Amino acid sequence: MLSFILKRLAVAIPTLLILVVFSYVIMYAAPGGPFDTERTLPPEVMANLEAKFGLDKPLIVQMFNYVWNVVVHFDFGPSYVYKDQTVNDIIAQGFPVTLTYGFWSFVVATVVGMTLGILAAIYHNSWLDYLAVGISIGAQVLPNFVMAPILTLVFTLWLGWLPGGGWQGGQWQYVIMPVIALSTSFMASIARLTRSSMLEVLNANYIRTARAKGLPMRRVIFRHALKPALLPVISYLGPAFVGMITGSVVIDIYFSTGGIGVFFVNSALNRDYSVIMGITILTGALTILFNLVVDILYAWIDPKIRY
Amino acid sequence: MALLEVTDLNVKFETNDGIVSAVNGVTFNVYEGDTLAIVGESGSGKSQTAFAAIGLLARNGHATGSVKWDGQEILNLPEAKLNNIRASEIAMIFQDPMTSLNPFLKVSEQMEEVLTLHRGMSRREARAESVRMLDAVRIPDAAARITMYPHEFSGGMRQRIMIAMSLLCRPRLLIADEPTTALDVTVQAQIMDLLRDIKDEFNTALILITHDLGIVAGACERTMVMYGGRIMERGTTEEVFARPTHPYTLGLLEAVPRLDRREDVLPTIPGEPPDMLKGFPGCPFEPRCPMREPRCATEIPPLERLTDTRVRACHRTPEDVA
Repeated sequence: MLSFILKRLAVAIPTLLILVVFSYVIMYAAPGGPFDTERTLPPEVMANLEAKFGLDKPLIVQMFNYVWNVVVHFDFGPSYVYKDQTVNDIIAQGFPVTLTYGFWSFVVATVVGMTLGILAAIYHNSWLDYLAVGISIGAQVLPNFVMAPILTLVFTLWLGWLPGGGWQGGQWQYVIMPVIALSTSFMASIARLTRSSMLEVLNANYIRTARAKGLPMRRVIFRHALKPALLPVISYLGPAFVGMITGSVVIDIYFSTGGIGVFFVNSALNRDYSVIMGITILTGALTILFNLVVDILYAWIDPKIRY
Repeated sequence: MALLEVTDLNVKFETNDGIVSAVNGVTFNVYEGDTLAIVGESGSGKSQTAFAAIGLLARNGHATGSVKWDGQEILNLPEAKLNNIRASEIAMIFQDPMTSLNPFLKVSEQMEEVLTLHRGMSRREARAESVRMLDAVRIPDAAARITMYPHEFSGGMRQRIMIAMSLLCRPRLLIADEPTTALDVTVQAQIMDLLRDIKDEFNTALILITHDLGIVAGACERTMVMYGGRIMERGTTEEVFARPTHPYTLGLLEAVPRLDRREDVLPTIPGEPPDMLKGFPGCPFEPRCPMREPRCATEIPPLERLTDTRVRACHRTPEDVA
């Protein structure tokens, strides 16, 4: 198992390098640059700026310098657009925010989604099943840019219970609405996945054996059916977790949380090369890491999988 | 008194295509230490008869009639009540040992839970008893291998484990649903030997559900032949095999390959198994029956009792068939 993990981490390095090369090339192939503004800058100013950020050098040299700085100094470079801010600063400020509301969204989505899915499967074709399916379809078709205004309308404007935005170091009043808005659609997907997978497992021969042994329904479900039913859900949860902790532009803008979700879009629009790269590498590394976690969980659950 | 008394059992399934009547008016008893084979081809309702008796029908299935265990009505009892009878009084082994054991749990976990639940044993006692039972079904090195997972055993070994698991509470009735169908012929013979030994050793009554006439002869005193969800005939195995009184039984026996005769073509029963969605105004075997009469298509032949041991359902007389 340990050698499997080490091997996978070793493979992660070339994977990330390929990711860097691809992103770099695509980024430079896109028209425009970080210093294009409405007013055209005098050529001398432009030349100075490009020299300062090393943009006058050949692409291959820039790429090499970038990777060197990242690997040796763990320095993702200065932002081209936000003055006096490095990419390290931006991630250090924004990532804890999205990590906080993303983590809680994950917890809410997983707990509520799995519970709904399991109940729906156990009480298949009963009113409880229809209710759970109804809730999850409702949640799935409500995108977060619809959820967010509805939440502020109800909890801020009508009831006055929660602040409409801000972060304040992550006090709970400020976290609740981002968490609800972000988790609903994930919750719906998890519920539907859990339900269909549980339904399939409940028809398995070994579940009939468990029932023939006179085990109470609770034990049949939790001891015999849960593990196999959760396998497909877990493979969804890995990428979903990364999606949640890297935040959402809608949430960050709507609730003014100051997370990095907003930089996903803004850095691309502004051609803020170093920020684009920093966030791409962060997301890529997290994706690789949590897919590894999924594989480890698989081996832990399914005795037939051994590395 | 009969251990298991099944009276006028009917099983219907609601499907998207309509109602399937899988079992129709089935009546039989099983006595202490009895061995009854239920024989029939796929879709004859033999397995569903057993599943209905201990409440294991699929969700869309519905059973009516009466099933009495030890004189107590158990048909359609709530799950919680049935759980007291399952495994501890009536145990079941299934057709496919590859999929009937939970692949995610160790054999020890799957066996011990039966004893901790029904017999209130501690984990340690349950482990000791489980190992003893694996020894009894001749699993070599049981004490060490009990902590392995099902996929680490061969098909025959897994069926032995299933049998050991079903016997843990010393049930009074064992229902074996095609226990050898998924196994190699040599392994089949071993499993049947084992079932015979076990039956004698534990004095367990046995219902053997099978389509393989070859394994019935050596294992069961009585045989019940089913077709289209109905009983065709029932008697001691000797009677049924030596003097069949139903054209279907006759056809089945003729289709068994024989080594003492040179045959170029294996006799078969012409036609196809019945479409259970349609339902039958008469005898379900009528469309394929070589001895059919006009009334066979419109009138259901009643179960008639010939002797103490023998019943049959056919409009033709036993003499006609013989």
